[in-house]
Amino acid sequence: MRGSRTVCNGALTILCGLWLGGCGMDVLHPEGPVGNREVRLITISALLMCLVVLPVFFMTIFFAWRYRADKPRGVYAPEWSYSRKLDIVLWGGPAAIVLALIVINWRATLWLNPYKPLPIKAPVLVVDVVAMDWKWLFIYPDQGIASLNEAAIPTGTQVDFRITSDTVMNVFFIPQLGTQIYAMSGMMTQVHLIAKNPGRYRGLSANFSGPGFPDMRFTTIATSAAGFAAWVKQAQASPAVLDAKGFQFMSGPSGQVPVSFFGHVQPGLFADILAAHDSAAKQLPREDTE
Amino acid sequence: MNLLGNLSLSQIPYASWIVMTAVGFEIVVALSVLGLITGYGKWGYLWREWLTSVDHKRIGIMYIIVSQVMLLRGFLDAMMMRMQQAVAAGGNQGFLPAHHYDQFFSEHGVIMIFFVVMPFIIGLINIVVPMQIGTRDVAFPFLNSVSLWMVVAAALLLNISLGLGSFAKTGWVAYPPLSEIQYSPGVGVDYYIWVLQLSGFSTLFTGINFFVTIIKRRAPGMGFFRMPLFTWTSFCTVTLILMAFPILTVALALLTLDRYVGTHFFTNDLGGNSMMYVNLFWAWGHPEVYILILPAFGVFSEVTPTFAGKPLFGYKTLVWATIAITVLSFLVWLHHFFTMGAGANVNAFFGMMTMIIAVPTGVKVFSWLFTIYRGRLRFTVPVLWTLGFLITFTLGGMSGVMLALAGNDFVLHNSLFLIAHFHNVLIGGTLFGMFAGFNYWFPKAFGFTLHEGLGKLAFWLWLSGFYVAFMPLYILGFMGMTRRMSHYDNVAWQPYLIVALFGAVLILCGIATMVLQLYVSVRDRAQNRDLTGDPWNGRTLEWSIPSPPPFYNFAITPKVHGIDAFWEYKEHDPKTLPVEYVDIEMPKSTAAGFIVGVLTGVLAFAMIWHIWWSAIASSLAIIGVVIYRAYQEELDYIVPAAEVARIEAGYLNQPKVV
Repeated sequence: MRGSRTVCNGALTILCGLWLGGCGMDVLHPEGPVGNREVRLITISALLMCLVVLPVFFMTIFFAWRYRADKPRGVYAPEWSYSRKLDIVLWGGPAAIVLALIVINWRATLWLNPYKPLPIKAPVLVVDVVAMDWKWLFIYPDQGIASLNEAAIPTGTQVDFRITSDTVMNVFFIPQLGTQIYAMSGMMTQVHLIAKNPGRYRGLSANFSGPGFPDMRFTTIATSAAGFAAWVKQAQASPAVLDAKGFQFMSGPSGQVPVSFFGHVQPGLFADILAAHDSAAKQLPREDTE
Repeated sequence: MNLLGNLSLSQIPYASWIVMTAVGFEIVVALSVLGLITGYGKWGYLWREWLTSVDHKRIGIMYIIVSQVMLLRGFLDAMMMRMQQAVAAGGNQGFLPAHHYDQFFSEHGVIMIFFVVMPFIIGLINIVVPMQIGTRDVAFPFLNSVSLWMVVAAALLLNISLGLGSFAKTGWVAYPPLSEIQYSPGVGVDYYIWVLQLSGFSTLFTGINFFVTIIKRRAPGMGFFRMPLFTWTSFCTVTLILMAFPILTVALALLTLDRYVGTHFFTNDLGGNSMMYVNLFWAWGHPEVYILILPAFGVFSEVTPTFAGKPLFGYKTLVWATIAITVLSFLVWLHHFFTMGAGANVNAFFGMMTMIIAVPTGVKVFSWLFTIYRGRLRFTVPVLWTLGFLITFTLGGMSGVMLALAGNDFVLHNSLFLIAHFHNVLIGGTLFGMFAGFNYWFPKAFGFTLHEGLGKLAFWLWLSGFYVAFMPLYILGFMGMTRRMSHYDNVAWQPYLIVALFGAVLILCGIATMVLQLYVSVRDRAQNRDLTGDPWNGRTLEWSIPSPPPFYNFAITPKVHGIDAFWEYKEHDPKTLPVEYVDIEMPKSTAAGFIVGVLTGVLAFAMIWHIWWSAIASSLAIIGVVIYRAYQEELDYIVPAAEVARIEAGYLNQPKVV
């Protein structure tokens, strides 16, 4: 395992070196264990596929050159159309590679299960996420605060993002931390992520959700425990209160909303938002943008 | 009640110069075509010989004309998107406002899948399959005509949406709740629904038609394991159509009910669940992927043996691989939404099934390679497309298997990596296959070959254009760029998108070269006549009859003694010529198919705009025409043996070119 990891990391370095010196390759430069595991998986699967892809490239060019009609080399076998041995290799080769991939995939998928806490010892922080038209609301139930379009997380902490939508489908995604997951109204999805290093990471919606979709971004601030405490304090200082009425007011479509904080959040608001889409309450139609 | 439903002049987007220019251009093109037909006095000819024809070859040709015209339209959308994304970086909003851009990518997907690739495939199947199995027509010639005119009606509706109302702004998948009335109140999604319903029904009819045709109308001696590979892959494709398309019909019907009568199948509220739509959509959508690729596999399986001068390597292996893909294609749909929160074991299972499907696909690639091995490969245009396919499609397969691992998909889903992947298999697989088939069977359909030099130039432009346009998209996926962005803040993406635009320009040159190739070939057709009926030294039955074939295809029904029926005939029995002709029964032309097609278009238009009286009237008219047609007697006529002899003698007297 250690050996293969070295090989993978080596290959990855070369791949990244080839592509613009790795500049801006957010997905390939993860800042946490989930993203790391995913990059390793990408590398391993790409290398294993090369075992079959490279021979195909070679054979296509070599056979086409060698057996071209105007200047052929090698024998001509106009009747030859089958060889059992070759047939077994042709099925067996790809099957063996796929078998290896299946095993690797199954193990990785279980490890990466977004619902489960990661098998890493770390303190846990719960963050409730609501995708709205076209902004992200983050509720920190234990801190009693909320923020719009900005989420701070302490490094080395297992963050349990609980995600729903107040509107159409969106996808919650911080490329440098790994795993994305759909946000759907009336349903809660979950993803556990850890940021290893402090930094500001881009967060976005990865599923088209209407005209304001391209601006539906947020910043993830990964910071030290002290930095996080300071951020919470800053939010708590805000006089704004987020209750059901305030949420309803915010819920209409708006884009490029500046970062803002709510010093107090009505307890159980996230559960209410989830439940709201099971009730008979009908929302007003969104204004047509035509 | 308003006689015009929701329709009013205010639905025309006067304010947008881009849309109005496009509409003006479309109107000018349409008027000049109509003017030319009138000027040359060809209306009667067009009506008698084409619009009312039930001849599978003519219907096939018309299908391909539809697909090529729509290719220009779909590519125009692609150019707009590439130009927009090349400039709309940082604070720049580009030249397309979001509501135009969002329509362009929705239209692009719908057009390319339903109106370019599907009609291209169905056109080729129409032209080739009956000739390959040695029959004179399809099982249901009238239904075939209905299928064609329904898809033409749908294509027209889609183009009307440009200038009247708007098209969907939801992406080509139209996931609810975004596509529900609450979030998309305009007519856009209604255009989407009805255009797809028409096209879907048309495809389903074609599926029924060719399923029965291939089972019931094969020439004597042609068992299933003697069918040419293109017929086999077409057979598997129509089987998939029969099983998959009804799911799309139902999914769209439920969405229609949500939008029109206020049910809650997929809404956010009142117990609706949008994930049901997503499951239904992809339960159709994934088989659809194989509906699109299998006929291309069939084309390559015909092109390689013909031009390598060798039988196909592992005929039975290829057939079983095709059947395996057909079955497995129904067991992988969840890989389109690994990130929608399914359990880990569910994700791992669907990842496994997806990777298993790569095995028979890989086997196919090796079979084509070993068909070339120890052969004598002639570098014709179809062969170039095949070689380009082998490398490009394998690369697409590699990225596909990578996406099949749920862990990889967790960071690559909905990114430009995904966009690059499916364009890689759809262009490098399906479209390259269709272009190979177009060049390969063109002389059969029209009696002259296409210009080689321009065909080769078009290939190189397309191939290089594809790589320049889509390799940057793979990289952008790793940079975390998602699909469907009308503008973006991250300027690091911009250089790649500018390169991609350059690639699109290369493809544009490729398309222009193809138009030129067609023009030059038609102009010089006298020099490029195929008088033998067998310009490539082919192996299957379609090459045993003259080019273009007489309307009855085969004067004498052929007898088949093995795989590569015509090759065996040439090897063992070259002197035998048919001498005793018999009377032939052929289906009569009918206007009913054309009329039904037009009426379905009227029905769909009425439903989109809520013109209820017109919807009821056109529905009744459709039923009326079908009943009238059902009670018509003498649907066939007899071509006397003497007439067959006269036509055949005409071909035999042609100067032979060897």
